[in-house]
Amino acid sequence: MIWLTWRQFRGSAAMMAAVLGVLAVALAVTGPGLASAYSAGIADCTTDDTCAGFYNRFFGEYDLPFLALTLGVLILPALIGLFWGAPLITRELEAGTHLLVWNQSITRGRWLAVKLGLTGLVAVAAVGLCGLMVTWWSDPLDKSAAEGMALMAPLVFSARGIAPMGYAAFAFVLGVTVGMVVRRTLPAMALTLAVFAAIQLTLPTMVRPHLVAPVTATFELGMENMESLSIPREGGESPRLFLREAVPGHPGSWVLANELLAPSGQVISGGDGGTGAVINVSSTSGPCAPRNAAPGAGDGCLGEVNRLGYRQQVTYQPLERFWIFQWIETGIYALLTVGLAWLSFWWIRRRLS
Amino acid sequence: MTSSVLEAQGLGKKYGKRWALRECTIDIPAGHVVGLVGPNGAGKTTLLKLASGQLEPTAGSITVLGGRPAGGPAQLARVGFVAQGTPVYAGLSIADHLRLGARLNPRWDDARARERIAQLGLTFDRRAGKLSGGQRAQVALTLGLAKRPELLILDEPVASLDPLARREFLRGLMEATVEHQLSVVLSSHLVSDLERTCDYLIVLVDSRVQVAGEVDKLLATHHRLTGPRRDADRLPADQHVISASHTDRQSTFVVRTDAPIHDPAWTVTQLGMEDLVLAYMDKSTAECRRAALEMQR
Repeated sequence: MIWLTWRQFRGSAAMMAAVLGVLAVALAVTGPGLASAYSAGIADCTTDDTCAGFYNRFFGEYDLPFLALTLGVLILPALIGLFWGAPLITRELEAGTHLLVWNQSITRGRWLAVKLGLTGLVAVAAVGLCGLMVTWWSDPLDKSAAEGMALMAPLVFSARGIAPMGYAAFAFVLGVTVGMVVRRTLPAMALTLAVFAAIQLTLPTMVRPHLVAPVTATFELGMENMESLSIPREGGESPRLFLREAVPGHPGSWVLANELLAPSGQVISGGDGGTGAVINVSSTSGPCAPRNAAPGAGDGCLGEVNRLGYRQQVTYQPLERFWIFQWIETGIYALLTVGLAWLSFWWIRRRLS
Repeated sequence: MTSSVLEAQGLGKKYGKRWALRECTIDIPAGHVVGLVGPNGAGKTTLLKLASGQLEPTAGSITVLGGRPAGGPAQLARVGFVAQGTPVYAGLSIADHLRLGARLNPRWDDARARERIAQLGLTFDRRAGKLSGGQRAQVALTLGLAKRPELLILDEPVASLDPLARREFLRGLMEATVEHQLSVVLSSHLVSDLERTCDYLIVLVDSRVQVAGEVDKLLATHHRLTGPRRDADRLPADQHVISASHTDRQSTFVVRTDAPIHDPAWTVTQLGMEDLVLAYMDKSTAECRRAALEMQR
C-alpha cells in the first residue's frame, strides 16, 4: 500500500521537492549576506545611536522578498489542502478506481491510513521546512521590522516558526475530509479553500489574542509610543496627539488596544489615528503655545502633557510570548487535524460506498 | 469449499427514500457461474456491491462464503470484484497494476497474471489510460483472477465492449473459471451475454428478485402454453402463471410447474433463457400496471 501511495504521489512530491530545493538554494545564497549586513549595520548604528534609521533603511531595502516569502509560507498550506488534500479521495471516486483498490485484500481503513499518513507527513515536512527556512532567512528583517510587520503581527506570526506545519496538516486533512463528503474534486477544492481561509482569518483575530491573557499597562508619552503632537499655529485650538502602536520598552509587541487616558482616567477618543486626541492644554500661553515653537519646544509641551497626567494605556502581547503562542497555536491545529482525521475514518467506513 | 457462496436473508438497500433492492432472499450454491440479469436500474449493481462489501445493507443480512462482506483482509482476499466500467488507474502502466495486485493481495499469482497479459498481446509498459475498453476490461479481469479468489464478482463487465471484445472477454472468463474452479457472479442487462456462460440465473426486476435457480432446472420447469382462449385462474393450481397474453381466440401463458403438462388443448413449447427472462420482466411490468390502476381507483 505504501508503494501504491508513493507511486500515485511521487509526481507531486517531486514538484514540491524541486520548488523547495530552488527556494533553499536561493535563501542559502542570500541569507548569510543579509545576516552580516544586519550585524554590520547594528555595529555602526549603536555607536551614534541611529538604529531607528538603520532599521527603516534595512527593512525598506528587502521588504519585497520579505513580503513575498511571508505570503508564500501563508499560502502554501492552502495549496496543499487544495491540490493534495481534496483530490486524494475524489480523484479515486471520480475515476471509480476506489472500487478497484478497495477490493484488493486491504481494508479501506488501512488504505486511508496509509494515504493520509504518508501524504500528510510529506505535506507537514515540506511546509515545516519551508517555514523554518524562511524564519531563518528573515530573522534580521524580523528584528528590524516596524511593529505592523514584526514577528507578533498576525500575518507574520503565521508564516514563522512551527505554526505553518500545523496549518499544513490541518489544511491537508480538511481537504481530504471535504473531498470525501463532497465526492467531486472541483467543489471540494472550492469548499476547502473557503473553510480554510475562514478559519485562518478567524483564528488570528478572534482566538489568538486570548491564548494567554494580554498585558495591559499605562505608559508616559514619549518618542516611542507617540506618532506626533501637533500644536496649531493659530492660537486658540487645542493641541492634538497621535499615538503610535508601540509599547515602550517592549519592542515588537502585538498591540491589541491602544488608548490615550485623560488625567481623570477617562479614555480620549481618536488617540490611535484619525483626527488625533484633543489635549486639553492651553495653546495660547505656557509650554504648548505656538510662539514658543522654537526647535525643541515640542519637548516642553510633551513634558507639560505628561505632567498633567495624560498617559498611553496599551493592551498587548509581548514578543517574548512568540514561542508559547507558536506551540499553542500548532497544538490547536493538531487537535483539529486529529478530529478531522477521525471523522474521515468514520466516514469512509460508514458513509462512503 | 463452503456449500453456498452467497446467502441473503430479507436483504434490502435504500437510497434516501427509494429502495434499490428489497426483500432479497437467495442462496447461491458454490461452483456455479451465476448470471444476474435485469433491466437497467433494477438493482443489480446494488446487490453486487452489497456482496462485495462496498455497501452496507439497510435491511436484512448477507453472507458471502460464510463471512461478512469486506469484513476484513481475509474476507477481501477470498472475493474478487470487477466493478462496472472496469476502472483502472489511467496514469499507471499495466506492470504497475500487476505490482499493485502483488503488493495488496497475499495469494497473488504473479505468473498467472503475466501469462494472461502476454496472451492478450499487451506490453507491460503500456499506460492503462491508453488501452481500449476491451483491453482495460481484460486488465481488470486479470487483476481479479490473479488474486485467486474463491468467488469472482463482475458487474456489467462487457457493457461497454463491442461484440467481438465481449466474446473474447467471456471466453477468457470461462477458461479461467474451468481452470481454477471458482464461482462467478456476473451481471448484465443483456441475456445473450449470459446465455453461453451461465448455469445459474437470477432475474432481478424492479428491485426484487423474480426468480433464481439453476438454468437447466428453470428451463425444465417453465413452459409456454398456447391454445384456445382461457382465463389464467382456470389453470391447474400447480401451474404458476408467469405471463399471459390473449388474442380474441387464443391464449398464451408462460407457467412454472414441476409436474408434466397433460392437457391436450395446449401446445407446449420449451423456453429459451431469453424467453424466460422476458416473461419475468413482463410479469413485473404487468403487476406494476395493475397496481397503478388500483391506485387510480
